[in-house]
Amino acid sequence: MELQYLIWIVVGLSFSLYIGIAIWSRAASTKDFYVAGGGVNPIANGMATAADWMSAASFISMAGIISFGGYDGSVFLMGWTGGFVLLALLIAPYLRKFGKYTVPDFIGDRYYSNSARTVAVFCALIVSFTYIAGQMLGVGLVFSRYLEVDIVNGILIGMGIVLFYAVLGGMKGITYTQVAQYCVMIFAFMVPAVFISLLVTGNVIPQFGFGSTTTDGVYLLDKLDGLHKDLGFNLYTTGSKSIIDMFCITMALMIGTAGLPHVIVRFFTVKKVSDARKSAGWALLFIAILYTTAPAIAVFSRTNLIETVSEKPYKNMPEWFSKWETTGLLKFNDKNDDGLIQYSSEQITNELYVSPDIMVLANPEIAQLPNWVIALLAAGALAAALSTAAGLLLVISSSISHDLLKKIFMPKISEKGELIAARVSATLAVCLAGWFAINPPGFVAETVALAFGLAASSFFPAICLGIFSKRVNKEGAMSGMLCGISLMLIYILKFKFGFFGGGTSDDWWFGVSPEGFGTLSMIVNLIVTITISSFTKKPSEKIQKLVVEIRKP
Amino acid sequence: MGQKDSVQKYWHLNIKIISILLFFWFAVSFGCGILFAEQLNGIKIGGFKLGFWFAQQGSIFSFVIIIFTYIYIMNRLDKKYKINK
Repeated sequence: MELQYLIWIVVGLSFSLYIGIAIWSRAASTKDFYVAGGGVNPIANGMATAADWMSAASFISMAGIISFGGYDGSVFLMGWTGGFVLLALLIAPYLRKFGKYTVPDFIGDRYYSNSARTVAVFCALIVSFTYIAGQMLGVGLVFSRYLEVDIVNGILIGMGIVLFYAVLGGMKGITYTQVAQYCVMIFAFMVPAVFISLLVTGNVIPQFGFGSTTTDGVYLLDKLDGLHKDLGFNLYTTGSKSIIDMFCITMALMIGTAGLPHVIVRFFTVKKVSDARKSAGWALLFIAILYTTAPAIAVFSRTNLIETVSEKPYKNMPEWFSKWETTGLLKFNDKNDDGLIQYSSEQITNELYVSPDIMVLANPEIAQLPNWVIALLAAGALAAALSTAAGLLLVISSSISHDLLKKIFMPKISEKGELIAARVSATLAVCLAGWFAINPPGFVAETVALAFGLAASSFFPAICLGIFSKRVNKEGAMSGMLCGISLMLIYILKFKFGFFGGGTSDDWWFGVSPEGFGTLSMIVNLIVTITISSFTKKPSEKIQKLVVEIRKP
Repeated sequence: MGQKDSVQKYWHLNIKIISILLFFWFAVSFGCGILFAEQLNGIKIGGFKLGFWFAQQGSIFSFVIIIFTYIYIMNRLDKKYKINK
């Protein structure tokens, strides 16, 4: 069957599945809308969390980024999984015990102040909007690449789908569609990975194939190190980042993960504290399947790429080469007119540009897999983007209808009114996110560092100290959050956008990149919070009792 | 033993367990994967240099084990102190 039709059929089937689930699981109350009624099975919640967490970036770009960065790419692997240990041990069980609907709910109640609540809402909105625009853009890209639909129309279709099930079903609809999306996504990621592993190393399990020998008896990683050395790249297995920068980026990503509101709220949806712990474990297990496969794919496709193109005549390139050239993800410029492709680390002599995204997207073609695998991959990438977008959308709508309207501006709003407000704000948020995706501000990539940095430097210390210390008070937490955020903003503005005199990597404070700076501003937040708290009044008896209550399972 | 004492004892044990598990969390990722990766890379298991393996595979497997260990220990602790309803 023609590839184009096949993709439409597979994508269409997956979309109707999501819509079907949404109709079956409509939200009837605010409790349904915010926390799916609070009775989700921990394994289902683990799956939903995994889909919620793994975005278009994890699915499409991560393997490619690792493929180009080698060992340097490990920061994403460790950073985006290690955060779940912090979530399971330090945050999820206690926030579940607290038993309200949102992260600003906790901050506002624990620090007995609506100003603290407002600061939290502000952070939640910035973090979520930054993220959601990227997801909608991902949806548009997949549509335009696989279905030859205009990017804008692709984004509009994606908006329509998310709008339908998020607005209708709220958290309840999102939860069960995310379970379905996880299954689509992991299947789509694993099938090509298994085939390629088999092709390159003869081992069915990519995680093992990664460390095996190729057909000529040499260990795959040694071979790749050798290829890199010949072409003048850093060795694949050692990389180029400094130890302190590796350390800080990994830490910032971990703490950022543990502080992201759309991940935290997923733990509000289970029945009891022990279920919150369980779902964190299952979530990480489901995530680990993809995250341990991605570095294997990275190595297979990197080796494949170099062996296929390096010093080979351009006219002998396989069909996929020209196909991806037309998308602009591959570019060849024959600088010395010898008709051969020279691929090297030197800017002047290198003749090939390769976008990291191609490593996952072109995999099925490179491995000559049947068309249905390609169709599946398109559906998987869409599932990854849509599931994350929906989770973020819910945070945005609950921040507005619950935290701002119900808790601050209109405390007397009825249950029904709040539900309508939640649906209206979700609709507005989708439109705004779509607008950002169609007119991307040009700094989407930079703002991801900001999103993690913000989450790390604001929420994480405030939540953790709020649970583990009875002494920390309103004054401390608020000044800590504000110091952390401002420091992070200044650093990003200075080194990413050239404000305050700008600067290059030589001027980085302590040699830490903006991506890793969240670690330092988190430490500043901690110090400020503890110092100010110890000089100001203790929280009241009531608050100290609240903390004791949270600690009981 | 009063209700208050048992709650306090439960909390102290919990903190102790968390600290031990966070030590392992740090050791497998920041320790083996970053700080001592270079030294560990001298050891090879199959095709993997050990430091590289920890950074790209081992740490993730360990994280999963760490969380499930915590779930197991805490479920037993909950039962022993009978504070869960």
